[in-house]
Amino acid sequence: MSLLSGQGIDYSIETIRILEAIDIEVECGEMVGLIGPNGAGKSSLLRLLTGVEACTRGDIQFDGQRLADLAAVSRAQRMGYLVQGAMAHWPFSVEKVVELGRIPYQKWWQQASSEDLQKVEAAMARTETLAYRNRIVTTLSGGEQTLVMLARIFATDPDLIFADEPVAALDPYHQLHVMEIIRNHARGQRAAIVVLHDLSLAARFCDRLYLLNHGKLHCSGSVNEVMTRENIAEVYGVDSQIECNEKGVTVTSLSRIGEHHP
Amino acid sequence: MNIKAIESPVLYSVLLLLFLFVLASALTVGPVDIDLAKALRDWIDGQISIESLILFDIRLPRALLAMLIGATLGVAGAALQGLLRNPLAEPGIIGISNGAALGAVIVFYYGLAGVGWFLLPLGGLIGALVAVSIIFLLVGQNRSIITLILAGVAINAVGGACIALALNFAESPYAMQEIVFWLLGSVANRSVNDLYIALPFMLVGWGMVLYCGRFLNALTLGEETAKSMGFDVRRMRLVLILGVTACVGAAVSVAGNIGFIGLVVPHLMRPFVAYEPRRLLLASGVTGAILLLIADVAVQLLSANGEMKLGVITSLVGAPFFLFLILKSRNTLQ
Repeated sequence: MSLLSGQGIDYSIETIRILEAIDIEVECGEMVGLIGPNGAGKSSLLRLLTGVEACTRGDIQFDGQRLADLAAVSRAQRMGYLVQGAMAHWPFSVEKVVELGRIPYQKWWQQASSEDLQKVEAAMARTETLAYRNRIVTTLSGGEQTLVMLARIFATDPDLIFADEPVAALDPYHQLHVMEIIRNHARGQRAAIVVLHDLSLAARFCDRLYLLNHGKLHCSGSVNEVMTRENIAEVYGVDSQIECNEKGVTVTSLSRIGEHHP
Repeated sequence: MNIKAIESPVLYSVLLLLFLFVLASALTVGPVDIDLAKALRDWIDGQISIESLILFDIRLPRALLAMLIGATLGVAGAALQGLLRNPLAEPGIIGISNGAALGAVIVFYYGLAGVGWFLLPLGGLIGALVAVSIIFLLVGQNRSIITLILAGVAINAVGGACIALALNFAESPYAMQEIVFWLLGSVANRSVNDLYIALPFMLVGWGMVLYCGRFLNALTLGEETAKSMGFDVRRMRLVLILGVTACVGAAVSVAGNIGFIGLVVPHLMRPFVAYEPRRLLLASGVTGAILLLIADVAVQLLSANGEMKLGVITSLVGAPFFLFLILKSRNTLQ
């Protein structure tokens, strides 16, 4: 069943075209990867799909309902959005940051209920952040902070998770850890959309990929369909070596192709 | 490093006890020594005596006004620091204080202050409203918070320049002195009427700001995340700024500019509420009330003749204290 779908999405800021005629579909149980070079419009597309920004033209449906018609509260309860380089502006404890994930369930005068605290606990357990629950989040390493921000999203208990480059600037251990956690979320009735720069991680963890270039959809489909030497050469302007074996797909960029890349 | 907030009931019990103690001391202080017991007895019996008049018509309104203004400045400072996610923000930063001050100065300048007691606070409130309207006109559709701050700084400067102009062309040294003394900030010689005109605006303003508490918490993770948590960021920002305008405008209108309470109090209280912007609002309000009451008692004790202005002492004590806080907390706030 389709959890999220967008047809003919256009997005412009003033006169500048950011996205043009994008069709996208996310099924339940799927982890979908958005890939493409810098400035391709991946983050913009993600923002439109989360409902944080409205598209100029096109139709986005979430669970059979127009996204624009969905009440802000239910949108906030059913979708979790991990922004790029998410960080806390005040020296909160880890636990407090995760508790923020319960805001969509609270009225403005309410404090966290015992159910809220249970969800917070479960979210920290799921992301293995219980060990530093009392530490100040701004003193944690980048990898630990990302896990805490993910825990905040799990505390909301959303159906659909959006993550904008969640593993950029993380070490390999934390990259795999974060990807595994998101992968495990995207099962059953739930799903995830992840913007990624690491093509190997995208190929290994995602069910389907959307390859964007200059605000347009270059191609989409299964990993094998999208992750081809031709596609990568055309969109990224690099020659690459793609290895498939039983342990997964590895994409290695070898060299730039002449003047190809704008 | 671990942080542990003081549990709310403990924190508020301590603050409440402190508050009652300070309020009681404020009522015993004044230029004339009176028999408080007699004042209370007369008041209960419905007899009008010098003592009961001094206690209920002079000291109590003054203490209540100091308390309300302190609470307003504390709440507004905490709210703006939360909104701008900048610990250096204070009620003056978005131009409201100077707008209100200019409104009041215009009333003085044209000699209207004596015409009706309500004209001075009214002028202040109109000034605050005009200032905030100009800011929103300037900011317009622009969504960045930086534009908002810059517009506030500009309005502040314009307000300051116009006040200087009014002082420059003041009719007489006496008129000039009147304006300057008023600008310094004080709650002396205010009446119950000032209380009545300021209180509704303060209550509405506090309510609007407290309504934004949950939004301020969400804002800890940035505007984008706050939006994804279901907040209409621009609407909430508007509610918060209008709330701050209402209560700070009312405070400045009746008491002039009282500095540093709005800046220092949130700093002081933040560690006690685990840095949570929402809990900081109430904690800063109560603490602001206590501190301004203490300052007003100090003002009355320190100056036997020719009273020292309240705004002078808050700045004198507040500025070095603020420096001390920055030096102390520079490791936690990067």
